Amino acid sequence: MSKPKARISFTVDGKKCSAAPGQTILQAAKDNGIYIPALCRWEGFKPAGACRVCTVRVGGRYMAACTQPVTDGMAVENDVPDLQDMRKALIEMLFVEGNHMCPTCEKSGNCELQALAYRFLMLVPRFPFQFPARRVEPAGKKILLEHNRCIKCLRCVRGVRTRDNKAVFGTLRRSRDKKISVDQVLASALTDKQARQAMDRCPVGSILKKEVGFAVPIGRRKYDKEPIGSDVEKARG
Amino acid sequence: MSKPVVATASLAGCFGCHMSFLDIDERILTLIDLVEFNKSPIDDIKTFTKPVDIGIIEGGCCNSENVEVLREFRKHCQVLISLGECAIMGGLPAMRNAIPVRECLEEAYFHSPTIDPSEPKIMPGDEDLPIILDKVLPLHEIVKIDAFLPGCPPSADLIWKALTSLLEGKPLDLSYNLVKFD
Amino acid sequence: MPAEGSLASILARHRRDRTRLIDILREVQAKNGHISPEAAAEIAAGLGLSTVEVEGAATFYHFFSARPAGTYAVYLNDNIVSVMKGRAAVASAFEKAAGCRFGETTPDGRIGLYRTSCIGMNDQEPAALINGVVFTKLTPAKVKLIVEGMNAGMNVRAMIAATGDGANAAKLVRAMVKNNIRKEGPVILASFRSGAAVKKAVKITPEGVIAEVKKANLLGRGGAGFPTGLKWEFCRREKGENHYVVCNADEGEPGTFKDRVILTERPHLLFEGMTVAGYAVGARKGLLYLRGEYAYLAPYLESLLAGLRKKNLLGKRIAGKAGFSFDIEIKLGAGAYVCGEESALLQSAQGERGEPRDRPPFPVQSGFLFQPTTVNNVETLCAAARIIEKGADWFKAMGTPRSAGTKVLSVSGDCKKPGVYEVPFGLTVRRLLEMAGGPDAQAVQIGGPSGACISRGQLERAIAFEDLATGGSIIVIGPGRDLFEVIRNFMEFFVEESCGWCVPCRAGNPLLLRKLEKIMSGKGTPADIIEIESWGRIIKAMSRCGLGQTSPNPILTTIQNFREMYESKVERGRDFLPEFDLAEAVKEASAVTGQVFAASDTEQSHE
Repeated sequence: MSKPKARISFTVDGKKCSAAPGQTILQAAKDNGIYIPALCRWEGFKPAGACRVCTVRVGGRYMAACTQPVTDGMAVENDVPDLQDMRKALIEMLFVEGNHMCPTCEKSGNCELQALAYRFLMLVPRFPFQFPARRVEPAGKKILLEHNRCIKCLRCVRGVRTRDNKAVFGTLRRSRDKKISVDQVLASALTDKQARQAMDRCPVGSILKKEVGFAVPIGRRKYDKEPIGSDVEKARG
Repeated sequence: MSKPVVATASLAGCFGCHMSFLDIDERILTLIDLVEFNKSPIDDIKTFTKPVDIGIIEGGCCNSENVEVLREFRKHCQVLISLGECAIMGGLPAMRNAIPVRECLEEAYFHSPTIDPSEPKIMPGDEDLPIILDKVLPLHEIVKIDAFLPGCPPSADLIWKALTSLLEGKPLDLSYNLVKFD
Repeated sequence: MPAEGSLASILARHRRDRTRLIDILREVQAKNGHISPEAAAEIAAGLGLSTVEVEGAATFYHFFSARPAGTYAVYLNDNIVSVMKGRAAVASAFEKAAGCRFGETTPDGRIGLYRTSCIGMNDQEPAALINGVVFTKLTPAKVKLIVEGMNAGMNVRAMIAATGDGANAAKLVRAMVKNNIRKEGPVILASFRSGAAVKKAVKITPEGVIAEVKKANLLGRGGAGFPTGLKWEFCRREKGENHYVVCNADEGEPGTFKDRVILTERPHLLFEGMTVAGYAVGARKGLLYLRGEYAYLAPYLESLLAGLRKKNLLGKRIAGKAGFSFDIEIKLGAGAYVCGEESALLQSAQGERGEPRDRPPFPVQSGFLFQPTTVNNVETLCAAARIIEKGADWFKAMGTPRSAGTKVLSVSGDCKKPGVYEVPFGLTVRRLLEMAGGPDAQAVQIGGPSGACISRGQLERAIAFEDLATGGSIIVIGPGRDLFEVIRNFMEFFVEESCGWCVPCRAGNPLLLRKLEKIMSGKGTPADIIEIESWGRIIKAMSRCGLGQTSPNPILTTIQNFREMYESKVERGRDFLPEFDLAEAVKEASAVTGQVFAASDTEQSHE
């Protein structure tokens, strides 16, 4: 076995980059000031490869940048028109799969799904709206689940656990009927901080903390002025 | 040379998009120089009197009359624009889409808190009333739509930019700040 | 000590092992007819999980239910061949006789009717599972008798009129299933003497076994065609506490049933293949992941395993080889097509929802219980055993230079002789159709819905990895069939069986189905054909596992091979037609308000 190299080199759209061995394409690109759009990813959680928005192309093959380790000499295609259009299509699928009424949503302006739609300048989804029948579900004293907006990114399932490592959120059923569920007993025991975290980690307005809302007015929210990913791109200088 | 003709309508909307249209402020004087309005709440012309170059519609379709007006617009307008969230994705009115029509109507006319329980329950069914659709639909699921201007409401700047681009025959070049859904 | 049959005793028997959750749920479902919220909570407490995790697993699989499924739970196969053979009449006979609709139970809770995806009986459709017992070749008349039997409280097994051939008649099977072996080839379906492969294997080194399998150029029979010897080599090289051999007996591709026949008639060959694999990769344990639909074979297979232990072909010092221990455990699935995907299968085998994993790491690196694991198809393991028994050269003499050996095909649909055919690779589809008695097919579905639908112009193509690679499902679609109905059935299948993890597969497949139905309804335009093709390509490219990467194939391969059929369905010269129909859309409200809808003049000319 040869010792792994200290740094490996790869390219993104022809731009020379370097990475530590074992890094994912997404992380390595970020460290090189290149933003690969992603939706289900959350720093510190095990990547899920669920939204597929971070899909890149390497040698004609499609792979999720959040789960695929970068390798030496890899030539990654990222910001190319056909791939960007396919990513945009995934965002559009999510818009028609649920009921995303942005004007009514507390998360508008801070929502990552919406922010990606903005970044891709989505004016209208190419797909027909499904208008599924979904519910709003109370979950303990502190939070509620707005299933109309859930995109099944699994951040809550992966990241919200009790001290004895039990999952507070889970998934029920499969296919288009797949649904995020919450353990009512464990949800009741969430601390204020945990409830706030659960809401913040939800990329859309699906996990909401009760008794607060619209503390920051529309127009002055995170993605109102600057596209998602700007922080990564600015770091490049 | 005659000026391009514009027509507008509000279907299942709140007129907020029309309000935003008026928010172009003093640019409206320029607009009057550039175009002529036909059927529109802005000039209160009720029927089409000539072929229209640009039709602008806010609101989705929630009843049979909306559908008829929309088709009328499609027939008369060279270019048809969906203006705002309701026109593009159904918007707030579409929040009833997961509820059966019967339940919606009974809630409104039989069970709502404003119904006087001593009065007989009447379901309005006059033949002159439009009939409610099973789902509130965005415009492009009923007729072909040529351009989409999102927002709730779309900003005056977006409306202005779209109109002037169209009049100048230029493609609509949108910047990040103009595309918002809220 | 907990009472026999109680939940506590079930948990205790499974050592409160979280990785045995699916086994536990199977027992609870069988015993109580459902997995109640209370049972889920008790299981969760017993295993140290949150209730939502248990419910997550319980709601993933088709054969688990949260509400009582009925004293008799009827699962009627709804795949396309079942439809071709009269499913509609059988389904309405069930509804009429039982007095409830599909998806419901009778008011007294006695009978529950459910649809299910392919149950591996395509050569004897329409078929159903009732409390796990297979009923084949159903007719409305037979259904009437079955429902009478259920209403009389009969034992389900007692309703079987006659058992099938071969081991289907064995005491521990007693199934009415028929083998329909139409052609026995030399590799898989020829007779086999237990020990013939293992005794040879232990005389050479594990590396020697791998070398022989590599030399034979054995490619995985599931359809993907990865070289088996190489997989074993990778697995062997990996460091881990334990190595595992997992046999994928979750054949769920609609139209395939050959593994069922192999498991019924040549189980010893399979077990031997697993044992040889265990020797090669250095595993002490093998798992046979048997699809829930084939649970009726489990007691029989268990008895054979017990026999092998007695004969020292399983257990310690197998065939006298010092240091070689290996045993096989049967793991049952519970109804989920996606578990045929190897990483989803591994998740299921260790008690999780059957959702695929991200790769890398691959199963050879991190498989069952995250240990190095070789996952091989039933037929692959059988072929491996035979290669060790008869040698790589013998094996390579069959088939084509790139596709060595034989392939077992499951042939069904519009043909006179549906059943199992073991043929050398390279056989043309035309020749296969002649053998099966379906020479006038308008189309042939090769490799099931996830494969390709070919036209008559392509009948000279060959079954081989270099041409038509297939796991073995061949569905003959005769003249006169509406091919669109076949495509719709396949798309409904994928919509239903998507695990729902990734966006393109979960959200995209329903959109493909909807667009297909728009075209089928005559409301399509040429633009719709362009769109559906483009959407299909997006789903293929962006999906996380093989399911979504192949689910658009029924549409994409028919647009490729039957374009004229699509073009004749759409309105030429129009660039837009809505799905929307005003007269339909006002029906509900009209019924409530009494308003009468009259189409205005805009109705006809809305362009």
